[in-house]
Amino acid sequence: MEKTVYLDNAATTRVDERVLEAMQPFFTERYGNASSLHALGIDARNALAESREAIAGALNASAGEIVFTAGGSEADNLAVIGAAMANRTKEKNRIVVSAIEHPAVYNAAEFLKRSGFDVVFLPVDAKAFVNIDALRKALTPETILVSVMHANNEVGTIEPIQEVAELCKKQGVLFHTDAVQSFTKEKIDLKALPADFVSLSSHKIHGPKGAGALFVRRGTRVQPLVYGGPHEHRLRAGTENVAGIVGFAEAAKLAQREAPKAVPKMRELRDSLIKRVLEIDGAYLNGAEPSSDTGGIDKRLCNNAHFRFDAIEGEAILLRLDALGVQGSTGSACSSASLKPSRVLLSMGLSHVQAHGSLRLSLSKFSTCEEIVYAGDCVEKVVKELREFSALKK
Amino acid sequence: MAEKTEETNGGRKGLYSQKVMDLFLHPHNAGEIKDADGVGEVGNPICGDLLKLFIKVEGGKITGIKFLTFGCASAIATSSMITDLAKGKTLEEALRITRGDVSSELGGLPKIKEHCSNLAADALHEAVYDYLKKNGKTIPPELEREHERHVLEAKSVEAHEIL
Repeated sequence: MEKTVYLDNAATTRVDERVLEAMQPFFTERYGNASSLHALGIDARNALAESREAIAGALNASAGEIVFTAGGSEADNLAVIGAAMANRTKEKNRIVVSAIEHPAVYNAAEFLKRSGFDVVFLPVDAKAFVNIDALRKALTPETILVSVMHANNEVGTIEPIQEVAELCKKQGVLFHTDAVQSFTKEKIDLKALPADFVSLSSHKIHGPKGAGALFVRRGTRVQPLVYGGPHEHRLRAGTENVAGIVGFAEAAKLAQREAPKAVPKMRELRDSLIKRVLEIDGAYLNGAEPSSDTGGIDKRLCNNAHFRFDAIEGEAILLRLDALGVQGSTGSACSSASLKPSRVLLSMGLSHVQAHGSLRLSLSKFSTCEEIVYAGDCVEKVVKELREFSALKK
Repeated sequence: MAEKTEETNGGRKGLYSQKVMDLFLHPHNAGEIKDADGVGEVGNPICGDLLKLFIKVEGGKITGIKFLTFGCASAIATSSMITDLAKGKTLEEALRITRGDVSSELGGLPKIKEHCSNLAADALHEAVYDYLKKNGKTIPPELEREHERHVLEAKSVEAHEIL
């Protein structure tokens, strides 16, 4: 097998062997329906309960506040649409959402807009930080819910969600945060953070795809999206994907335990990759500065490096890197099914041309120094080669 | 039985056929011709696509051809392909090379990428137009109309970005 350096962990991650091991029995041995009354069912129910405790523990919340879903997108939809529908009144019908939310939040908000809600999209600055003044102005007595993600999936900027949550709480407005990228990389303590909804995803933390969760603070009114049996505190019907959920819980436990070593290591490798790539002429970093520059708290997700390059296009960069074994992603229009450039990059004030020349490299706890050095060298090589015949070269 | 996708799937594993990938990774005739006899420029960086085609013309034939491209893998591969198709041809033959020719020579492109092959053929025609205009030669009316369309499209895209 050719050498591959996988740097698209923001898209998805490799399942940890230990997670796979934890899941194994639940396919052919412990395969009961957690609602069944017999021993096999009871066993599944217990495994489910343990998993629920584990996820709750990772957030400093209680098990009764965890709703398992089929992934982060579903959790986002349940929060945004479920909260909006359940709490709408004649007077209250406003939803406030940042301009850089993941499509699962953004498009859910657009759906609400089409359904007659008043939806406000909050602008962000050049580093993708949400504008708090705009938020303050948008918080009216009509507001039901605010949604601002914890860490942006594209450029890695970590939003001031403590401040946002406290503002919302003061105004009696519900607050949802999409923590799909940040969970276990950044600390989330729901006794300290007054959030009402928090979305999580398994496959971003070396767990299996097809499992996620939504934290719903006790006492919050929310309407289900999937109707049927009384599963998940009557908030999400469907026979539980016990194997997936067990995997998710195991991944969360491992990530939490290993974070004190893994997070600083990812941050260090990220910083060295950023430094290396910025040595290239006409290369720029998108999103918040890495902590090594600010000398203080890291406002950039520990594993995210996002760049733009003058005169060359993202898909071309990606595929040439792929040919060298380096796997990343891009915000260029040519690479998207819609042929539109990244909404996040445009919201940050980048021009179309700048958005086209973007590259995202995202590490994991498995990334090594050798891989990062190799990746940096490959990026330089690819950029130089593509520039040689670029129609925009200087 | 797996569903057939819209894309022509010439036994390829990825988004692109082997032919497209080869031309993308190892393009032919990439570069500039400083003293070109004709230059065709089409596309718009705002859309993520810009192609400059340079031709040398001798005795009514394209004796030299090079390209510069800002764009995705399709754009680079089609640019390379058009230089292969046009080299050594007469100007009349070059004008008869269509968008479809480029795409079929490559073994088909994903539907969403077809516009990239359009750019390559258009740039060739624009380069021929440029040569004819510079040398005071007769311009076939259809070529003139094509050229006018490109000028209009370029203006409207610029306006779009400002909006």
